[in-house]
Amino acid sequence: MIHKYSLNGFNIVLDVHSGGVSVVDDAAYRLLDYITPPMAEKCPREILDKLSGEFSESQLNEAYDELYSMYTDGILFSEDDYAQFADRMVSSPVKAMCLLVAQDCQLRCKYCFASTGDYGGHRAMMSLETAKKAIDFLIEKSGKRRNLNLDFFGGEPLMNWEVVKQTVAYAREQEKLHDKHFLFTVTTNGVQLTDDKIEYMNKEMHNVVLSLDGRKSVNDYFRVRADGSGSYDSIVPKFQKFVKARGTKEYYVRGTFTNKNLDFANDVLHYYDDLGFDQISMEPVVTDPSVEYALREEHIPAVSAEYERLAKKIIEYRKAGKFFNYFHFMIDLDQGPCAIKRLRGCGCGNEYVAVSADGDVYPCHQFVGKDEWKMGSVYDPAGFDTKMKEYFARANVYSKEGCKDCWAKFYCSGGCNANNLEYAGDVLKPFKLSCEFEKKRLECAIMIKAALAAQGLDDGSSESCGDCGEDECESTATVRC
Amino acid sequence: MKHVQSLNKSNLKESAAKGGCGECQASCQSACKTSCTVANQKCEHEDK
Repeated sequence: MIHKYSLNGFNIVLDVHSGGVSVVDDAAYRLLDYITPPMAEKCPREILDKLSGEFSESQLNEAYDELYSMYTDGILFSEDDYAQFADRMVSSPVKAMCLLVAQDCQLRCKYCFASTGDYGGHRAMMSLETAKKAIDFLIEKSGKRRNLNLDFFGGEPLMNWEVVKQTVAYAREQEKLHDKHFLFTVTTNGVQLTDDKIEYMNKEMHNVVLSLDGRKSVNDYFRVRADGSGSYDSIVPKFQKFVKARGTKEYYVRGTFTNKNLDFANDVLHYYDDLGFDQISMEPVVTDPSVEYALREEHIPAVSAEYERLAKKIIEYRKAGKFFNYFHFMIDLDQGPCAIKRLRGCGCGNEYVAVSADGDVYPCHQFVGKDEWKMGSVYDPAGFDTKMKEYFARANVYSKEGCKDCWAKFYCSGGCNANNLEYAGDVLKPFKLSCEFEKKRLECAIMIKAALAAQGLDDGSSESCGDCGEDECESTATVRC
Repeated sequence: MKHVQSLNKSNLKESAAKGGCGECQASCQSACKTSCTVANQKCEHEDK
């Protein structure tokens, strides 16, 4: 299977099952309209005749030979032989946990999937005892996995800061005893961000996600306090201070766009141009299509056009020597995740779980509060629902409806299970709107690679991460390590 | 090649054979909490 498309003057061909990506000229591009595998060694006469009005025969033969060479190299029309691996998708050790340390929040963001922090239930703070039990649970269920990710989430985790700090201290003690390595992440709205918290986060947190929705007018429409006032003016200076102190360690400024800001590229550029943030994530809102600000099928053309505009802007910036990283255009064509990871997808309910403030375990943070999806409690590790875990382990691209035949399957890996359930009615049924956005982002991400390669520019991803302390870090990963 | 330029060298199929160590980050731990992009995660395999 191949996927070919023209964007911004580049003819791009993705060979789905090998992951091979090529830029081809018009003759090769048109030939691919007629070629079907298995390829003949020489260009069939009927194809030459069909394209004789557009290209000379020698051009077509030459282009065909190059395509044939790719074919024999296994990077064009390569076979789908992944089903054998999909069949082996069984329950894995748990390696990541989202800890809802505070099911409460100072803000009342209108689109919040956590119902402004309480997840549709009662507002609650996680006790240190529960947090420690969660660490024990994660270590016990992690088997031989060494790297363990723990995400402090909410609500707003800084509302329960002492528990965050003491949980980190406890995990640091335990990792030595069990030969584990904890990587902590915190997601914050910034309301209670102070100098001492910034210092602590820069020391202990592997990644920090800062929630902000771009321009003041956009942010303050959605991200409001209980009294309805906007949060932008008080939060932005704190985030700027944080990022300045962050150095090269990983962070993201993360926003949400809705149908109220279909010009969301302006919000992304605002982060960089006006606020000085260079690690940026801006995601489409996830909500019921009937909600006033929801993104619906009618918005697909506008969102797609805006992704393209943003992609072109990024190229323009890179040519001018300016760099910012947009999370959803990040793609590493050479050293990205292995095929097994791509088959497994996000790992929700299998490798990744969320723990509510009360200690209940759910497949991920978006499932919290849905009683039928409760997998157990950190107070009862033996009662962990292994049947449900097995179900999620088998939720891969070969078990989800329509994914097997989709060209983007190894990039989105079947989409977000929670979104699938909420808006398509089944974990195993991809939410089509998300699929369309994801496909457009992938097309843009690959096009950016092509455009930068044509200019002899790298994508800025090979910089030192800073974590290892070496000036000449060998990491070439797209994600800072 | 004149008509075709490859943008990458690796073959996904090779990674299937030696992959699956599971040491990589879970997708939602980075900067997406409401969508899913797996291909932008980093491989943490020690012997890759």
